[in-house]
Amino acid sequence: MSQPPAGVERRAYPRESLAAHPPNDAPAYASTRLRAPRKPLVILPHTLTELTGPVYGHESVAPGENDLTTRHDGAPLGERIVVTGRVLDEDGRPVPHTLIEIWQANSAGRYVHANDRHDAPLDPNFTGAGRVVTDASGAYTFTTIKPGAYPWRNHHNAWRPAHIHFSLFGPSFLTRLVTQMYFPGDPLLALDPIYQAIPDAAARVRLVSDFEIETTKPEWALGYRFDIVLRGRAATPMEDPHDD
Amino acid sequence: MMTERGITPSQTVGPFFAYCLTPEAYGTRGIASSEVATADAAGTRIRIEGRVIDGAGEAVPDAMIEIWQADGEGRYPDHAANAAFRGFGRAETDAHGRFAFTTVKPGPVPGADGSAHAPHIAVSVFARGLLNRLATRLYFEDEPANETDPVLARVPAERRATLLARRTAPDAYAFDIRLQGEGETVFFEI
Ligand SMILES: [Fe+3]
Repeated sequence: MSQPPAGVERRAYPRESLAAHPPNDAPAYASTRLRAPRKPLVILPHTLTELTGPVYGHESVAPGENDLTTRHDGAPLGERIVVTGRVLDEDGRPVPHTLIEIWQANSAGRYVHANDRHDAPLDPNFTGAGRVVTDASGAYTFTTIKPGAYPWRNHHNAWRPAHIHFSLFGPSFLTRLVTQMYFPGDPLLALDPIYQAIPDAAARVRLVSDFEIETTKPEWALGYRFDIVLRGRAATPMEDPHDD
Repeated sequence: MMTERGITPSQTVGPFFAYCLTPEAYGTRGIASSEVATADAAGTRIRIEGRVIDGAGEAVPDAMIEIWQADGEGRYPDHAANAAFRGFGRAETDAHGRFAFTTVKPGPVPGADGSAHAPHIAVSVFARGLLNRLATRLYFEDEPANETDPVLARVPAERRATLLARRTAPDAYAFDIRLQGEGETVFFEI
């Protein structure tokens, strides 16, 4: 985004919506203990720096990068799935032409990443990284393989629920979001300190995709819907546009 | 799932993002790199180097740093930004917690009331153990405009130095990010 043209009303990004996020300090997630800031955050007024943001992907995302099953010579092992949804803001407006990057483990629960030590096989036909730009209605679709659960050393017998990592930009620096999509009915969700760090149960379930028979492709792939809601500008203009 | 109005909560980037978000070591190109401005960009070319350090004083070897900034004239790039200046950079930390960007020094940015804000760079920190992206700002220690910057004025005086990049060479600044503990970097609620 560039500077708003003169005369255009500036609308505020409400801070109340931030309550959906987990706290930084969540002791059950062991890696927070030495990494979460201890001092209170300083409230930053929204200046031009925050109200603008990078626009990426249009020139760098190639067709087919949203199909993680066709990036190699052969077909990957596992349960083929279609993940589709819309990116919206909190007022229900679509977020068009925004970049989504995803990464995930393979069907055995193993990442391509060099540091993944899980004793599960790599799949030579699956890398697990994808990108797409939402269309004019904010819609996106990925074709991939359902990731496996994997163990981690957070606590005794700790296993991450199956998940796909999502990274989104939205229209400004304020709307940047990195999150994870989960699968419905996963018994590990109740035991996962990363998922459970989100205090509000209603916010938590927004990270769980819905199985959808309409998205499911006959003889081909199971379908899941995952809509993503980014911060939005309030529907009514701010009383005082001089929020700097 | 969409019956509830409200934003999608944040989750950690985890330890395994690199082959997607910063994939150069995996032989593919990401959507962005640590080169924010090429040699053709107008402005004073600078290098920013820093480390990410945890509450035990140890390097954080699996963080991702993103920056967003105006150009040398204080203008943010729009959709048609020239290829020489993208305004956005992304870097991963190495085994020693180090990251680096090549860019141009941003100019003063206009505030809503017409005042100028001191040159600064918006910084996001992502890592395993960070459930949310941490937002901070990089200011330049040798900028007189820091004295009147309205954002710096909100930061407790004794912590302001954590936001000031130190000039280490005519064209280089150092900016370390301490997640926790002694000298903890000021992070913002944005
Ligand atoms: Fe993961």
